[in-house]
Parts: sequence; structure tokens; C-alpha cells
Amino acid sequence: MNKVECIECAAEVEVPSDAIVGELLICEECDAELEVTALIPLTIALAPEVEEDWGE
Amino acid sequence: MKVGVLYSRVRMEEKLLIKELERRGVDYDLIDVRKFFFNLEDRENWHQYDVILERCVSHSRALASLQILGAWGIPCVNTAQVATICGDKLNTNMALLAHDVPTPIAHIAFTEESALDAIESLGYPAVLKPAVGSWGRLMAKVNDREAAEAILEHKATLGSYHHSIFYIQEYIDKPGEDIRSFVVDGETICAITRQSEHWITNTARGGQSANCPVTPEIDRLSRMAAEAVGGGMVAVDLMETPNGRLLVNEVNYTMEFRNSIEPTGVNIPARMIDYVLAVGEGKATDNLVLNGAPLYGEPN
Repeated sequence: MNKVECIECAAEVEVPSDAIVGELLICEECDAELEVTALIPLTIALAPEVEEDWGE
Repeated sequence: MKVGVLYSRVRMEEKLLIKELERRGVDYDLIDVRKFFFNLEDRENWHQYDVILERCVSHSRALASLQILGAWGIPCVNTAQVATICGDKLNTNMALLAHDVPTPIAHIAFTEESALDAIESLGYPAVLKPAVGSWGRLMAKVNDREAAEAILEHKATLGSYHHSIFYIQEYIDKPGEDIRSFVVDGETICAITRQSEHWITNTARGGQSANCPVTPEIDRLSRMAAEAVGGGMVAVDLMETPNGRLLVNEVNYTMEFRNSIEPTGVNIPARMIDYVLAVGEGKATDNLVLNGAPLYGEPN
């Protein structure tokens, strides 16, 4: 399990060892939605805002 | 066998589906729709895939991709036809009616004035929904005329053009829960109830899920609804009226299922991958919808 720093609140966010690019992570401290953008080196970004036509 | 997985965000569902492909040793590519473009005159690269599993979170991107790939003759799950019908509540409603699937009464209006007439003809409360939208967003339960006037004015003033088509549905006073069933390849594989004190019961909005035994009536209506939209693998939302009648409310084509595996005990992603591989092998009978087929099927 790797850890990254939340972009929003700087809390530690755990990244599963089998994470893949595009995977969503939720910061347990601030509830920010984060997206894994690269694995080597491990980088994250804020996930895109929900758009009107999203969802099932 | 090679599977292309179209996606934009890797949610729990996508991860479970990918793990299922890996568990079976299936060759696959993850294709992020944000990172590529379609050259409409170059389909060759796409023919490396026996089947495309569409898992985009955006309806418009999913639909456009499926229309292109379907036109190129690449088997897709679900098909563009299914996405066209399920992604729009008006299309869904028309398909359900064409196949005699019981569904709440709905009206379509194009102006604030006619929408108010439509609401009043249904009686209060009524439900206003965007024709395209999901996760229960921007749905309004309209309790009286003053609320109707205010909401219609807001939609006309603030909404995008989608909101100038008013989709108005009778309000069903369901008993604090509704039912979601999962249909794969013409079989109702399981169902859950979604319980909430709020009238919107989507689990994305905090509704709690529990196993729901698949009764013969749930099975019958679920399979009818799936067939009405063109088959494939879909999640069917059903509501029970106060007199115990079941109605099909919506059909979802990129179904979310993370909250349904544990209560039902059904390995939903495994059943989905079974179907995807069957389509890739040309063995699925309900994935043979041809381009140009009537959108809602032949009327009964």
C-alpha cells in the first residue's frame, strides 16, 4: 500500500498496491475525489467535476 | 479473444470487471476515452478487438463511441441502440410502452405553460426529471402549483436546452424503497431493494441496498424491460404502487453494482464478463441488433 498526499487537504491517502491509472481515490479527511494519473512515479490529480450526463 | 474496455474513470465497478478479465487470463486493453480520438476513416486498429466493453461514466461519450464502433461492425456491450434508448428517459419510456411494459404515466411538454398543464393533468405531487441525467440529479417532486411554477421558471431560465423539454411523470408513493434488478443476456440474475427515507432512493444518493428475492413478477418485468431496450446487460429500476402493482421506472445501460454484490451473493462482474466474452465469440443471441433497426422495435 503506497501513500500520497491529498491535493486538497494534504492528508495521507492510501493507494492500493494494485492501483491502475484512472482509478478513483477518496480522501478520508476531506472527501476529495482524486484520480491516479500515473503509477511511476505515483501521481494523483483532482478527479474531474461530475458533469450533467454522468452516471448510470 | 481480445477485449477493449472503454472507460473514463476507474470506479469500483471497472476494477472488479478488470480483475475478472485478468482472473480468466483474457487479453484486454484499457481505453481511456479522454486520451484518444476516432479517425472516422480508419477503423483497422479497432478490428483487433473481438468485443468492446463500454464503461464510460459520461452518456454522451459512451453513445458517440458505441455509434462509431457499432457502425464499423465491432461487437459492443452494450450496443449503441441500448445506449440510445436507456440514456434518454423519453426514449426509454417509448420503448417500454411499445413493448407493453408497465411504467409510470409520463407527459412531455415544451413550454412552461404546457408543462404546467401537463403537471395539473397528472395531479400533485408530480415528478419533473431531465430527459438525460442520472444519479437522481435535478429531479424535482412538485407538490403544488406554486412549486410547479417556480421550478418550471427556474428550468426555463437557468437550464441548458435539455431542460426545455419537460419530462413529467406521475409520482408513485412507493413504500420507502424501490427495486433494482440486474438482467444479463435475458436472465434476471439478482435484485436489490434500495431503501431511503428520501423519495429519491439511488444508492449514489445514500439509499441503502438489501437483497430482494427475484419473484416471478420481478423476473418477468425485468426481462421484458431489458428486451424492450434491446437486450444486453442492464439494471432495471422498478417501483411498487400502493396497490402492489410493479412499474418499470428506468433502465440503466452502464450499470453500477458495487452495492449489490454483497447483499445478493451474486458475482455480478463475473456474470457480466461471461456475457461480454459470449458476445465476443458471437454466441450471445441478443447482441445481434442491426444498424437501422427500428429504435423501439416493432410495435406489438
